[in-house]
Amino acid sequence: MATEDDQYGLEITELRLGWPSGDGEKKDKKREFRDIVGGGEEVDGGGKNRNMEVVVGWPPVCSYRKKTIVKMYVKVSMDGAPFLRKIDINGFKGYSDFVIALGNLFGIGDEGEYIPIYEDKNGDWMLVGFVPWEMFTETCKRLRMKKKVSLDGGLRTKNLMRKTEN
Amino acid sequence: MGYSFPEEVLEHVFSFISLHTDRNAVSLVCKSWYEIERWCRRRIFIGNCYAVSPGIVIRRFPEVRSVELKGKPHFADFNLVPDGWGGYFYPWICEMARAYPWLEEIRLKRMVITDESLELISKSFKNFKVLVLSSCEGFSIDGLAAIAANCRNLRELDLRESEVEDLSGHWLSHFPDSCTSLQSLNMSCLLSEVSFSALVRLIARSPNLKTLRLNRAVPLEKLSTLLHRAPQLVELGTGAYSAEIRQDLLSNLTEAFAKCKELEGLSGFWDVVPFYLPAFYSVCSRLTSLNLSYATIQSPDVTKIITQCPNLQRLSVLDYIEDTGLDALSLSCKELRELRVFPSDPFVADANVALTEQGLVSVSEGCSKLQSVLYFCRQMSNSALTTIAKNRPNLTCFRLCILEPRAPDYQTLEPLDHGFGAIVDHCKQLQRLSLSGLLTDRVFEYIGNRAKKLEMLSIAFAGDSDLGLHFVLSGCESLRKLEIRDCPFGDKALLANVSKLETMRSLWMSSCSVSLGACKWLSQKMPRLNVEVIDEQGDLDSRPDSCHVEKLYVYRTVAGPRLDMPSFVRTMNQNPAYRR
Repeated sequence: MATEDDQYGLEITELRLGWPSGDGEKKDKKREFRDIVGGGEEVDGGGKNRNMEVVVGWPPVCSYRKKTIVKMYVKVSMDGAPFLRKIDINGFKGYSDFVIALGNLFGIGDEGEYIPIYEDKNGDWMLVGFVPWEMFTETCKRLRMKKKVSLDGGLRTKNLMRKTEN
Repeated sequence: MGYSFPEEVLEHVFSFISLHTDRNAVSLVCKSWYEIERWCRRRIFIGNCYAVSPGIVIRRFPEVRSVELKGKPHFADFNLVPDGWGGYFYPWICEMARAYPWLEEIRLKRMVITDESLELISKSFKNFKVLVLSSCEGFSIDGLAAIAANCRNLRELDLRESEVEDLSGHWLSHFPDSCTSLQSLNMSCLLSEVSFSALVRLIARSPNLKTLRLNRAVPLEKLSTLLHRAPQLVELGTGAYSAEIRQDLLSNLTEAFAKCKELEGLSGFWDVVPFYLPAFYSVCSRLTSLNLSYATIQSPDVTKIITQCPNLQRLSVLDYIEDTGLDALSLSCKELRELRVFPSDPFVADANVALTEQGLVSVSEGCSKLQSVLYFCRQMSNSALTTIAKNRPNLTCFRLCILEPRAPDYQTLEPLDHGFGAIVDHCKQLQRLSLSGLLTDRVFEYIGNRAKKLEMLSIAFAGDSDLGLHFVLSGCESLRKLEIRDCPFGDKALLANVSKLETMRSLWMSSCSVSLGACKWLSQKMPRLNVEVIDEQGDLDSRPDSCHVEKLYVYRTVAGPRLDMPSFVRTMNQNPAYRR
């Protein structure tokens, strides 16, 4: 089968995932968010990341197994609260009952005074609710209930989201 | 002048033919054989519930006693099929309730079944015996209560890996006291507690109970009580395998296990406390099947168990077993047919355990009867794959998942084409293959040329161009199911192999480069295929033909386009003439 590639002369698809090796032109949502935030942690283009880039449904571990293998307790802190709490992410079916439970954890309900953010496996702080629920359960390392401050241009957002040491 | 056997004789002969493929072949011999066969077929297997309609099945096979149906595509297991896609059992039960009053068995996989359907089952079939719901959803404890209450001769109730809405309620007590027919009960997927007293009573009055799989909520302290009531068990799934460290508890459990002289298979083992592992050592020498894939125990504990199981044929385990444990397996378990090694921490790139390709190489060397492999690991090499292939030409199922997509041979940094090429070259009976790692079009050339018995192929993050897909579609003669994600395969290969698609059960392609226009064209060209486009972004109608579809599911059917699709699924070129 010589000259296989000439026969078809196809462009490689534009559908790419943004791999750490840097050959993806398409930036995924996470990268864009990090740009807004002005995050310092740069993805290592050459070598291997500590944690894998997250892809829906990969590795192919069936959802039944993922839910049952380990209870996903993550720590939750809240601005102003002296003690942290823990919540089992795998105990919820989606964002709606999860966010309610988060509110109940601290007795604050969900009026919107606090925004939940989480640190993912790459060390980035993200707003809860942007990625599919399954992806969130796989990547969330810890949570924080950030007290809402009135947004002013993009700068306040940046300050709010700066990665903090706990 | 011709002669023929009386129908009764032919029917009697056919009664010895049970394989679906053989039955299908029999029905093709001549018209009279077709007629006789269809009246005496008792078991139906439908690999894709949308390939045929209930009406067509019932018209052809009026005397069926056992039905097996599969719904969603395999990739639904990994959340690639959105909720609401389909696979509803209700239309089937509606028609079967009327047509098959003597139905005894229903087996479903990846289907949606409601409490209403369960109730209909329980009330429609006087002789109902077997219900297996594998990876199903859509029902609750209430549906189970109806089955328990109304199926007087229930023999088998197996809910493996299904998602059951666990409202409060004790359904076990709905089994009447007169029900003594139970042989198999698998409720391992249930999340909430069951009434323990009801469970004990049920077990005590089921002398033929051979298989019992408990759910996690059944505490270890209560296991010995159950075992004492059912020493005849052949397969046991424990509940949570943890309790306070107590010597008396260990002795009780050990004694209870020792009484189970027929035990051959063990599973369960959530939340293991190693202190209690010795309790079942007495049954190890008899074990043929062991599922430790939920047991978060370390290599020494796992090794201690498996080195006592010389008759082990099937093992599922977490990668905590490590290479050393697999070495021990290869020395101790010479009867091993099937090995599955699952990842304990799949989302971290760095290895948390010392499990590499070496473990699999060891097992391939020591276990000469090994046929089926599912192996998650973080590194692989062409030389390891070649060694495995040469060691085990009798492999029929080889599923390798290297956790990092597109990971090359870790020693040479080359693609793994040659390694997988060796697998398909040596393992001439290979029926199922899952690929991973860095792969070019070359591996597909090898597969197309060599994998002549391959029936199911799973591909992810592989290939360079349409040529890869073309090699597979044009070369793999026995291919029935092809599932592909995140590969640069587009229109050309698909459209060059349209007739191949009618010889297969189904094709799944997601995050590839197939255009909407190609889907439409394929559908026009092949009216007996349903070409379904799944696109959650909406407004497919206003998209240009050149845009790529998110997900494509193509399957052959005699039932025409389905009518139960959600808004995000569209069958291309729905032709009203084909509606049932």
